[in-house]
Amino acid sequence: MDSKSSDTVMEPREADRLPSSASSAVKIVIVGGFGVGKTTLVRSVSEIRPLTTEETMTQASTGIDDLAGVEHKSATTVAMDFGRISLNEELVLYLFGTPGQQRFWFLWNGLFEGALGAVVLVDTRRLEVSFDVIGRLEEAGVPFVIAVNAFPDAASYPTEELRSALDLPTSVPIVVCDARRRESSRDVLISLMHHLRDHTLTAEPG
Amino acid sequence: MSENGHGWEESGPERLYVITGGREADAAQSRLDLVTLIVSREEPGVGMQPELAAILRICRSPLSVAEISAYLALPSSATGVLLDDLLTDGRVEAREPASSLPDIALIEAVIDGLQKL
Repeated sequence: MDSKSSDTVMEPREADRLPSSASSAVKIVIVGGFGVGKTTLVRSVSEIRPLTTEETMTQASTGIDDLAGVEHKSATTVAMDFGRISLNEELVLYLFGTPGQQRFWFLWNGLFEGALGAVVLVDTRRLEVSFDVIGRLEEAGVPFVIAVNAFPDAASYPTEELRSALDLPTSVPIVVCDARRRESSRDVLISLMHHLRDHTLTAEPG
Repeated sequence: MSENGHGWEESGPERLYVITGGREADAAQSRLDLVTLIVSREEPGVGMQPELAAILRICRSPLSVAEISAYLALPSSATGVLLDDLLTDGRVEAREPASSLPDIALIEAVIDGLQKL
């Protein structure tokens, strides 16, 4: 039945198919610097092997720091890994990992639209990437939690020390996780949803 | 023609131009989110553009726009152009994402689902 022309197209494995009752989807964005464990977190909770979608943007490259002074048009291609969790027969959750550096923010336009919220995945050895991301999320009004990926060789800091280093209000939860572990990554997502619930309850009029 | 038999790169702009008929996806206009679920309404027809046939085949069960892009190895903007065609012709249906302003019931449903993991 399947023709030869399908050779170039990967197909979902039987086990990766959603039930036909799947009627709507939600998304959560995992944002952080390179190597912080975004894909690890996605993989540990996803029911499918993470997939990759490539996004491109053609732009004049002036103003991009590492090409300062060089002006030419370039197509930027960035790969985003994502995974999926079937929450029930109707509702599906997608998790997208996206780089936090400012030069990748063009990816964020469609990505955060309609997203439930974001997990800012942090490596305490490289906190600086998180500053801009946090500022941007606050500006955009996207609910988020901070998840510290506990790398074995990174020093652990008390949460309150991190909070002041990141200049975060007490309303933003900070959780420590091991992105390699399914339950730990799941708990990060649950923290985000609890935060979102509080946020929604507070915002509701009356 | 180049030595590997390809006149262009697999994901180069020329390939995208051919697949989408030269149309550019207007991200602002697209009605499709990365997590809009697409479901086929018919089987691929003989002589159909391979990418469209592939979409109809893999969407026999619901798939998000992001998954379709990944399986087709196309940027989601190009996938959106193809899906718009299929939607206009009624060959696929789109199931919109849950509301962007989530209500408590939706949030609770997500929490319940996560707790079962």
